[in-house]
Amino acid sequence: MLIAAPRPETWIRTSSAGLYCEPGDFHIDPIHAVPRAVITHGHGDHARSGNERVLATPGTIAIMRARYGEAAGGSLQPLAYGETVAAGDVAVRLVPAGHVLGSAQIVLEYRGSRVVVSGDYKRRPDPTCAVFEPCYCDVFITEATFGLPVFRHPPDTQEIDKLLHSLVLFPDRCHLVGVYALGKCQRVLALLRRAGYEQPVYLHGALIGLTELYETLGVPLGPVLPLSGVARDALRGRIVLAPPAATADRWSRRLPDPLVAMASGWMRVRQRAKVRGVELPLVISDHADWDELTATIDEVAAEEVWVTHGREEALVYFASKKGYRARALALAGFEEEE
Amino acid sequence: MNRFAALIDALLFTPSRNGKLRLMQEYFATVSDPERGWALAALTGELVFETAKPNQVRSLAAARVDPELLGWSYDFVGDLAETVSLIWPATAGGEGPVPSLVEIVEQLKRASRSEVGQLLEPWLDALDATGRWALLKLVTGSLRIGVSARLAKTALAEWGAVDVDRIEEIWHGLAPPYRPLFDWLEGRRPAPQTGDQPTFCPLMLAQPIEDSDLDGLDPRDYVAEWKWDGIRVQLVARGTEKWLYSRSGDDIGAAFPDVLEVMPAEVTLDGELLVLRPHGEVASFNDLQQRLNRKNPNPKLLRDYPAAVRLYDILREGREDLRGLSFTDRRRRLEAWCAREPRRGLDLSPLVPFTAWEELRELRDGARERGIEGLMLKREDSPYVSGRPKGPWFKWKRGALTLDTVLMYAQRGHGKRSSFYSDYTFGAWRDGELVPVGKAYSGFTDEELQRLDRWVRNNTVQRWGPVREVTPQIVLEIAFDSVHRSTRHKSGVAMRFPRIHRIRWDKPFREADTLDALEKLVT
Repeated sequence: MLIAAPRPETWIRTSSAGLYCEPGDFHIDPIHAVPRAVITHGHGDHARSGNERVLATPGTIAIMRARYGEAAGGSLQPLAYGETVAAGDVAVRLVPAGHVLGSAQIVLEYRGSRVVVSGDYKRRPDPTCAVFEPCYCDVFITEATFGLPVFRHPPDTQEIDKLLHSLVLFPDRCHLVGVYALGKCQRVLALLRRAGYEQPVYLHGALIGLTELYETLGVPLGPVLPLSGVARDALRGRIVLAPPAATADRWSRRLPDPLVAMASGWMRVRQRAKVRGVELPLVISDHADWDELTATIDEVAAEEVWVTHGREEALVYFASKKGYRARALALAGFEEEE
Repeated sequence: MNRFAALIDALLFTPSRNGKLRLMQEYFATVSDPERGWALAALTGELVFETAKPNQVRSLAAARVDPELLGWSYDFVGDLAETVSLIWPATAGGEGPVPSLVEIVEQLKRASRSEVGQLLEPWLDALDATGRWALLKLVTGSLRIGVSARLAKTALAEWGAVDVDRIEEIWHGLAPPYRPLFDWLEGRRPAPQTGDQPTFCPLMLAQPIEDSDLDGLDPRDYVAEWKWDGIRVQLVARGTEKWLYSRSGDDIGAAFPDVLEVMPAEVTLDGELLVLRPHGEVASFNDLQQRLNRKNPNPKLLRDYPAAVRLYDILREGREDLRGLSFTDRRRRLEAWCAREPRRGLDLSPLVPFTAWEELRELRDGARERGIEGLMLKREDSPYVSGRPKGPWFKWKRGALTLDTVLMYAQRGHGKRSSFYSDYTFGAWRDGELVPVGKAYSGFTDEELQRLDRWVRNNTVQRWGPVREVTPQIVLEIAFDSVHRSTRHKSGVAMRFPRIHRIRWDKPFREADTLDALEKLVT
């Protein structure tokens, strides 16, 4: 006789530390230190320090080591994409999520029930990481950072062309591009190279470590130079990459007549860009846009969709209308920034 | 259309004047006629499509997009044209050729109201998000990209290496797409002749001044006059034709036939447009608003809200340009002119005699008459210079009233500060409870906005759509011009021009002011 698979909410639920898998006794992307953690990717709001045992892709583990050193975790167990390990009665597999280098979806199977935790993801190709692979499942736990139909990211090549055209129009101005240190920085570099830009790109100190790590892990990014020590006037007409916060900071005063650009999906909404003082918004996102989110829900064919961090309401509404059992999953601790 | 869309998109984000000039100049230099002429018309606010209305845009979107999703999206983005441009879904076979600006303008100009929707739909399908945004901004008649008509003309002047005043002088004799103007600027033809066309003289504006700044000024050099709370206008009459211009040079005559009717001939006057009650008492700005909102006022509106102009200055008389004269000489000419040509609906703004600043301050603070915003100080020897020159004219507003209130609700803003919690409802204490007394959405810096926005998100008690109720904790010191009885507000009072004066992060919220304190200030 067939034994019905357990209802998903009986074995995976939210706790104060985040998403918890009971029969496997581990947390996924916990917001504070736990005994056993499975980590989707290296961004600070997903990969935190101090967990006793960590399971993640080799790329994510390398990023955590670079960021946290000894504090990255008691023991760090690498698991390659596509391979499976057992945690109690639960089989755990990591599958590319296309978000940043090393990013993974977590595929969990327990007594015939399969749950996929998307982590942060995108669908379009990115020269710096493996492309997202959809997996059939019973429950798809999806992110919803850009879960509104106004978010439709344009082709990234078009955005890079905007930056290159601005360099032609304002050759005396230093073009300061705000990028997140992990992922966006390296993707922008790779896209610039693909567009044929061969000049050195100058980096804020906070971006150098991870950029070197990408190179070490086999992602070529072309000539980059640290910004410190470079004469002010040598930066005219050059591209400087810095963390978003630094673009509005006193730090940027060292640059000659900086033109502030920002590479982020939020740049799609004009007033968001304007309030941040961005002159050249570049809509380049490492998160799925509305079309990618909705297409993925259809593709993985899950009966249930749990929606987390972002604009849950619209995606829940959309999925419900299409006949999926959908609900918002309240998880604390994730930032709106991408 | 893509070039025009890219231009206005870049202009929106470019804060510096020089950057904006460079962008416009690049456009004029690289785009051909008549496309660039229509773009210039759009930038100078001369391009208006009478038959296109925001409602048509809304219904086009509603036919394509789920209303719930459209609602959430509009709520998040805060701007209808932008929301629709972003949410517009691609349809199979919808990728026709991208329309040119010329094609769009020519077809829209000919279209009746019912045809506008049919025109827009295939264009929206063919354009990308930026193109759609530009199209919808154009159609609904509000670019709001931080470019004044003056700046666009300045870009044109610098690019063509002529003086901007030369362009200004001939401007009102020209019509889009301005081929003779571009021919002249590119050296193919002499300057266009305007003949006897009337010309709008860009207004002379005043710098704000604070009480403490006055000590450095000698009261003997200045005259004072009341600053009326209406809108600045310029009246131009030439031959049989008459124009009423707003401060930005828009012709608003059609909305004010009662003013046009009493306008004399052969003169250019500067004044304040007001709604006046029978004995010359100035009606509230709300009453003037009734008139400003209507492009074609009906007889009842004209009777209930009669418009008039209170005169400040005279710029031309007959064919004589008076702008080079001193203020004193122009004032003499204005007074003589008024004595010669008395008319209902045109009166002289009186001077306020004084000898010392302190005396003037008391006059200013004592003037509780409605319609007075403060005082204008003008140097007796000042010629009439367009723009906002530093020094000759000052506006000295009456000191604001202030009240310490507690932040109760925050709402995401629309327009400039959308997707940030930027509209704040604040309350005062009554019997141990907070009662909302007003709403403010200005007076803070972008940094303060970001901090408040973050605070609101972290201290939300309840949410209703775009509104969040927050923990009572933040004290907002509100500045306002006056407070009136109101039956429409729960508190029974309504503030005029409330804005955030200071955010009192330091002050315990229990020590904020009471409703009683506010009621004592009612006028």
